Amino acid sequence: MELIEAIILAVLAASTPLLLAATGELVTERAGVLNLGVEGMMIVGAACGFGGAWLTGSIIIGALCGIVAGTLLSLVFALMTLGLAVNQVATGLALTILGIGLSGLIGAGFVGERITPAPHLHLPVLTDIPLVGRILFGEDAFVYLSLALVVAVWLFLYRTRAGLVLRAVGDNHVSAHALGYPVLKIRMFAVMFGGACAGLAGAYLPLAYTPFFIPGMTAGRGWIALALVVFASWRPGRLVVGAYLFGAVTILQLHAQGWGVGIPSQFMSALPYLATVIVLVLISRARTGGSTAPAALGTVFVPDR
Amino acid sequence: MLDSTPAALHTGATPLLQTIGLTKRYGDFLANENLDIEIWPQQIHALLGENGAGKSTLVKTVYGLIQPSDGEMRWLGEKMVLSGPSEARARGIGMVFQHFSLFDNLTVAENVALGLAGKESFKDMSARLEQVSNVYGLPLDPRREVWQLSVGERQRIEIVRALMQNPKFLILDEPTAVLTPQEADQLFVVLERLKAEGRAILYISHKLEEVKRLCDTATILRGGKKVSTCNPRAETAASLARMMVGADIKQVKAPASRQTTVPRLVVNDLGLEPDDPHGVRLEHISFELKGGEILGIAGVAGNGQDELFAALSGERLAKDPGTVVIEGIAAGHLSITKRRKLGAAFVPEERLGHGTAPRMKLSENALLTGHAASGMVQHGFVNTAATLKTVDRATEAFDVRKAKRDPEAASLSGGNLQKFIVGREILRNPAVLVVSQPTWGVDAGAAAVIRQALLDLAAAGAAVLVTSQDLDELAEIADRIAVMFHGHLSEPLKTADASREKLGLLMGGSSLEPTEAAHAVGA
Repeated sequence: MELIEAIILAVLAASTPLLLAATGELVTERAGVLNLGVEGMMIVGAACGFGGAWLTGSIIIGALCGIVAGTLLSLVFALMTLGLAVNQVATGLALTILGIGLSGLIGAGFVGERITPAPHLHLPVLTDIPLVGRILFGEDAFVYLSLALVVAVWLFLYRTRAGLVLRAVGDNHVSAHALGYPVLKIRMFAVMFGGACAGLAGAYLPLAYTPFFIPGMTAGRGWIALALVVFASWRPGRLVVGAYLFGAVTILQLHAQGWGVGIPSQFMSALPYLATVIVLVLISRARTGGSTAPAALGTVFVPDR
Repeated sequence: MLDSTPAALHTGATPLLQTIGLTKRYGDFLANENLDIEIWPQQIHALLGENGAGKSTLVKTVYGLIQPSDGEMRWLGEKMVLSGPSEARARGIGMVFQHFSLFDNLTVAENVALGLAGKESFKDMSARLEQVSNVYGLPLDPRREVWQLSVGERQRIEIVRALMQNPKFLILDEPTAVLTPQEADQLFVVLERLKAEGRAILYISHKLEEVKRLCDTATILRGGKKVSTCNPRAETAASLARMMVGADIKQVKAPASRQTTVPRLVVNDLGLEPDDPHGVRLEHISFELKGGEILGIAGVAGNGQDELFAALSGERLAKDPGTVVIEGIAAGHLSITKRRKLGAAFVPEERLGHGTAPRMKLSENALLTGHAASGMVQHGFVNTAATLKTVDRATEAFDVRKAKRDPEAASLSGGNLQKFIVGREILRNPAVLVVSQPTWGVDAGAAAVIRQALLDLAAAGAAVLVTSQDLDELAEIADRIAVMFHGHLSEPLKTADASREKLGLLMGGSSLEPTEAAHAVGA
């Protein structure tokens, strides 16, 4: 019983950065922009988040530093792809490489340092309920925040006018422009939101997951978040399922090694990507019409004046 | 009432919209030059001109999408500066776009909401949508997503969206280009009603008969300048066309008699599954096309014409080789190249991207379809001289105007590129030519050259299959006309018997049987 509880707690912790980063990327992609730089924004968020927390002793300031760092990096992306109409795929990949280098530079001074990790919730009685108590009422603030963020994004996309405009821009930027919507401005905000979420997701790692910073500590989570958006077919609800599924695979992989199960760990690491490919095939076979991906995804828009 | 010259009729009053010396410059190029135009209430005002005459630029300026370089606009006599479409809408200017400004993956109601200022709740807006669409006889289901709807329904969304702003002035950019004649008639009823309500309409079209029937005034643009403002009812289609082009358009001449020979293209019970979710399934398509004959295929876009073209050209293969027979040889399973070697040639609808590779030179584009059968490739090497010679021949024979000898395909204007593509195929002396929308978006001069070339090719003994949405074009060149609807092809009618009404009914999916039978009984 205790083992199951421990596994579920570990899965929640491992899934949270994926969910945070993927939620941001989902909004970005819904506006029609493909930012492949999630991994880069995450790792810079991790370095700056840890730096902020270590210098001030405050987890909240650390998280804010991560958010600001991710947003600033996403602005570089926005300047290139929206302002200068550079190819989004190439810019995104470059952003990742830039982020990895930058995080090493920023984090060099903090390697080997430790902080007190983000505290976990503790409610009298509730948290002490056996089995479910700690899972439901004993998480750190990031876990609750990530879930609230998904709900907020869902409400925004499907229940507000601004969300409708954002989806419209991602579906057909020519029409949106013709109706008088500022396509590039809307996309810039979407990219910034994606950057903020990726920065926060990165900061989660040294602030709550492991209380120290090491270079390259995101270890491909940004790429999994990207795959996750496709896996969820650009819908926030499915994103939660997908994030916990991918998180579970990561944890299972660790435990499988511990138990000596004869599945190569490389195969387990590849599972999220494999699952994404399978889901893509299923989507394209099952769909009866319309497209699941935002129709303008990854395309450059230059308004004529 | 308003048939006479509007200026005389309205002396003393202010026009709804007035442009004074309106100019739009792109670098050295003047898209609009010194335009003085007046739009009065209760008037349907036609805007005529060839592609590139500056119609779109003018309309976009009036709708606030682009800023004029010079001159001014006056709205009810007062100077108007628009920073964007929402300001235009706030004043009462509505627009129905030619290439619909709709979002395929959103619902009808969401699409309408996006075109409004967004002050009312989504629920109130939906209720009003239903009301407006009922009042004007434009039925719509607000919950359906746009990709599921027909072209006519999509246009209804655009119109209802514009009407929901209660506009004083409505701009329609080529609204009937994609409609059946019956759908167009329904649209005219709506427009007459809007006019009676005191609204002004700016109507862009190049269907001149339509303009003569519907419009009170016409402004004609050529090369960015205003040529004249006239009463279209006092003009003939030919005189309007002359003002648009600036010269007489060569009349297309059909040879006095044409001899039909052996069947050169036969299609037997062809069926084809769609390969994408928006596609159409072809079912039981059969026809026989003899040498010396032109068969026209009419129909609203998206009824299987693209799929039929793909099945004939070999872009998609049929299950049974016998369903497509070229020059007596079963070819349903053959590749495009093998079909070309049998003497077939193909001109697809889309000029850039399908008919040519946009960023490649014309000579390279000549090679792309000519490599199989014209000696352009020797021992695996490209004979550049031969490809250039093809470009020169096509240029000369079809009057292709271009800046240099061998430019990129994308640098040519639509009409000149289409002349090059048709020329490239015709110079190969095909036994069978399958051509889709040969003059779509092509200026009148080039269209006449292309139609004449198709007639001459048939006269020389080739079998020609023309798919077109332009019924006038088919009436001009085809010997027989069949109609495509939902993946089915009707029996071909002799062109002389194919009235617009009959074709319109077939395009809308009705069968001709009962009336034909009635005639038979009557006789």
